[in-house]
Amino acid sequence: MTASLRSLPGLALLAAVGMGAALVLALLVAPEDADQGVSQRIFYIHVPVALTAYLCFGLGAWKALRLLWTGEQRYDLESYVAIHQGTIFGLLTLVTGSIWAKASWGVWWTWSSNQLVLFLVLVLFYCAYFMLRFSLEEGPRRARSSAVYALFGVVLIPVSFLAIRLAEDFIHPTVFTREGPQMTGTMFAAFCAAWAAVTLLAYVLYRVELAGKRLDADLRELREALQ
Amino acid sequence: MSGGEYLAAAYAVVFAVVLGYVAIIAAKLQRLQRETRKLLELARAQPGEERRSAVYAGGVSEATASEEPPSA
Repeated sequence: MTASLRSLPGLALLAAVGMGAALVLALLVAPEDADQGVSQRIFYIHVPVALTAYLCFGLGAWKALRLLWTGEQRYDLESYVAIHQGTIFGLLTLVTGSIWAKASWGVWWTWSSNQLVLFLVLVLFYCAYFMLRFSLEEGPRRARSSAVYALFGVVLIPVSFLAIRLAEDFIHPTVFTREGPQMTGTMFAAFCAAWAAVTLLAYVLYRVELAGKRLDADLRELREALQ
Repeated sequence: MSGGEYLAAAYAVVFAVVLGYVAIIAAKLQRLQRETRKLLELARAQPGEERRSAVYAGGVSEATASEEPPSA
């Protein structure tokens, strides 16, 4: 077992404990919102999951840049796994956001909110990444094409993130302003704990998936050599 | 549906997706375990010199190489 794999069980345990602590903070410790009531607690899972999706897409783009810069093929798999994670977390953001929208606004979805539509565009863009990737034959050409596509996608991240501030509509709430977070200290602590736990969980899943894919590639090569 | 039910639904969705993801990874690891076992049998069936050159040609990682059985 390599040194990097040895740290995985410990990290996984830490992620599980962190998720448990974040759940307790979000559901039991943080005070109830005066406006939205209990449904506001969806914030503690929805926003960390969304921010983690942005992080994963950013990591995927960074690895893609490294691939184009150095030509090292290992970055292709790393970029792919990060984007895969980002897409899963992105879809989770859409689902949890939709549930929160129904609870707060009375609708599952609204096309009038730029933030929602741009996030949907971002996720759909990365869903198309897989169509591109699997339509090409495995090799350096596929790696380069996927890397260029991943880099284009990263442009959408700041646009999506800033859309809420640039948009004219006021449907989607703005919690983080220039004056700081618009919530109590306990709420902010619960949010930070949830974000740290979700990010760590995503990192552990990223490492596990990457290890599995590398092992798969090694075994395929070994099978070819033995037969 | 009440606010509490929406809250439960949002957290349950995240939990279910993470659980599903872990289940898929576990299934994949089982497949890799089966594959490793088959390769071990294949390697055992080959003469020593041929097996060594195949392993080197395969360029296996440290994790996979350590699965090689002790020579009989």
